[in-house]
Amino acid sequence: MKHETIETNAGWLIGLTMVVISIGGLVEILPLYFINNTVEEVKVDGKETVRPYTALELRGRDIYQREGCYLCHSQMIRPFRDEALRYGHYSLAAESKYDHPFQWGSKRTGPDLARVGKKYSNQWHTQHLTAPRSVVPESIMPNYPWLAKTDLKYKDIEERFKALRNVGVPYSLTKPEYDANVTRFGKEVADQLDINRAEENLLTQAKLGNYDGNPDRLTEMDALVSYLQVLGTMVDFSKFEEGHFAEFR
Amino acid sequence: MATTTTPANTQYNYDIVRKFTIMTVIWGVLGMLAGVYIASELAWPFLNLDIPQLTFGRLRPVHTSLVIFGFGGSALFATSYYIVQRTCQVRLAFEGLANFTFWGWQISIGLAGISYVMGYTQAREYAEMVWPIDLLIAVTWVSYLLVFVQTLRKRSQPHIYVANWFFMAFILATAILHIFNNLAVPLNLFSLESYSLEAGVQDAMTQWWYGHNAVGFFLTAAFLGMMYYFVPKQAGRPVYSYRLSIIHFWALIFLYMWVGAHHLHWTALPDWTSTLAATFSILLLLPSWGGMINGIMTLSGAWDRLRTDPVIRFLIVALSFYGMSTFEGPMMSLKSVNALSHYTDWTIGHVHSGALGWVAMITMGSLYHLVPRLWETRMYSTRLINIHFWLATTGIIIYIGAMWVAGITQGLMWRAFDDYGNLAYTFVESVRFVVPMYMVRAFGGLLFLSGMIIMAYNVFMTIRQGKQEQAEVEAKIAAKLAHA
Repeated sequence: MKHETIETNAGWLIGLTMVVISIGGLVEILPLYFINNTVEEVKVDGKETVRPYTALELRGRDIYQREGCYLCHSQMIRPFRDEALRYGHYSLAAESKYDHPFQWGSKRTGPDLARVGKKYSNQWHTQHLTAPRSVVPESIMPNYPWLAKTDLKYKDIEERFKALRNVGVPYSLTKPEYDANVTRFGKEVADQLDINRAEENLLTQAKLGNYDGNPDRLTEMDALVSYLQVLGTMVDFSKFEEGHFAEFR
Repeated sequence: MATTTTPANTQYNYDIVRKFTIMTVIWGVLGMLAGVYIASELAWPFLNLDIPQLTFGRLRPVHTSLVIFGFGGSALFATSYYIVQRTCQVRLAFEGLANFTFWGWQISIGLAGISYVMGYTQAREYAEMVWPIDLLIAVTWVSYLLVFVQTLRKRSQPHIYVANWFFMAFILATAILHIFNNLAVPLNLFSLESYSLEAGVQDAMTQWWYGHNAVGFFLTAAFLGMMYYFVPKQAGRPVYSYRLSIIHFWALIFLYMWVGAHHLHWTALPDWTSTLAATFSILLLLPSWGGMINGIMTLSGAWDRLRTDPVIRFLIVALSFYGMSTFEGPMMSLKSVNALSHYTDWTIGHVHSGALGWVAMITMGSLYHLVPRLWETRMYSTRLINIHFWLATTGIIIYIGAMWVAGITQGLMWRAFDDYGNLAYTFVESVRFVVPMYMVRAFGGLLFLSGMIIMAYNVFMTIRQGKQEQAEVEAKIAAKLAHA
């Protein structure tokens, strides 16, 4: 066939273009769903330790997205010595398997947050988010004073869990689903993933956690800090042999 | 169609081209203004003003969407509608639908900007628009496809000109990318919020397959379409090599689709995928430079025009930056280079050498060619075009220079060890280092924005002049008719 045929026929041009632009995406994306090692299994004592977010953490994550935190903070530690020293063990695919959407980021204007959980106190986070330069003088992060002053909206939490259930996150709606979660994650986690108890769980966690230091109010700060405090804490690397996860790369 | 006696402005639908041209300039000024503001926020954080709607995290998508989709997108609509009519020598098909693409597109960009500052976002870079806006864009885009294809089909020329191949590939690819990257489940039909269909690794791969092809098709292939019309037109010479245009077209659209995963080197994405992406990224240098050579060599024999014609200057500098950033890109996609450059401001510099140097410069050159023809007059001021050119070029060089210094130093500081094997620097020491570079960058951006504002003034005055001249002609005709 001469190229002139394509140049003189819009149908050929469109058809061939479609074929040519489809190949790359098909070859690189589709196998990620079928190759088992793409997302590694992380089990301790027969239970999966990477779990979906609790109701409060999920609301915190929504706020993280709303404020565009991902534009300056990555959540993906690379397998280099300097990153291991600075941030901790490199990130596993499993650790973001319930992230809809993923928040790996592409820029570190601020440090990586993939394992920021439990590194600083709740009080530090609240202070830092409200006025970053009061704890890190050279910081260029914006102040977020409204977080601790804005009541958290949580009435739609069941709807949020249901939407996530629709895209495959194992929040349970029925008894069999709940029982499956007990087997998979253990009872304590399964309780947190129960859609019917979502609102109650959210209020309890906020009350017990008192993340923003103000027990009288449930604020956006409570939710955001609870999310930050869980980041990177779901895999206990001391339970695995060194190099165990390397084989999945 | 040498036999036609109808003047071009009534034979073709220029009205739609004019509308998109005006919006290109307006979005350009607004988007670049947002860019200068967020660049300044990084240098002087008090500029966030403790107002949620003005913080960096909410304004950054405003900047990227207004510039890429508002400025770049409107420019592509304007030029593709102009070029497809001129090269097919036929009036635009489905004119009502074409009008809808104008309103659909402008409303989408406007709503996107407002929704971001209000905190509504999908949190996917360059695809932050919430699902109802995504739907409006999808409908607009399908209409665009229909208008474009139908115009091609009723062409009175046997051949489809090369610029239209690029526009065609851009429209098709953008449709596919937009749809698959934005699949999401809303909370309910009345909520603006949604959760993406995919998660983690697969989601990251889909997003950067989208993200890099937004660069490849939206910001490259389509602008090559622009280049293939306006460079030969302005130079008054035919395209350098017909054969080269065929080879580099097919190679470019094939290879681009493979390279997105180079944004995910050393992440939890499997190594095979990112290695494949790196390999194809290096191959991509060839068709990219094929296009650059084809554009620049079109000027061979007319190089003296660079001294006298500011429009040619815009076009040739655009191609030079295109060549430079398509060399830098494959280099940064090498895993060893990427280990240093990723997560740093080097990436930001690279994006802007493409976005300012290539996309914006080729657009500005094309508009300076287009505007006088659309309003049937000369540009109001050639001197202002020259000033714009130098402001823009100096601005870009300052911008990317600052980002090279900032990015490479960040990369080196993060990985530096002291004699005992400990990290040599804390993170915040790297922040302290880059802040002066952020100030320099904001200044470079300000120069570029100033050029854009001068262009807006020049275009505005040109339009006014065109209308005045037309009114004078009409008055003369009326006077003559009255005497007769």
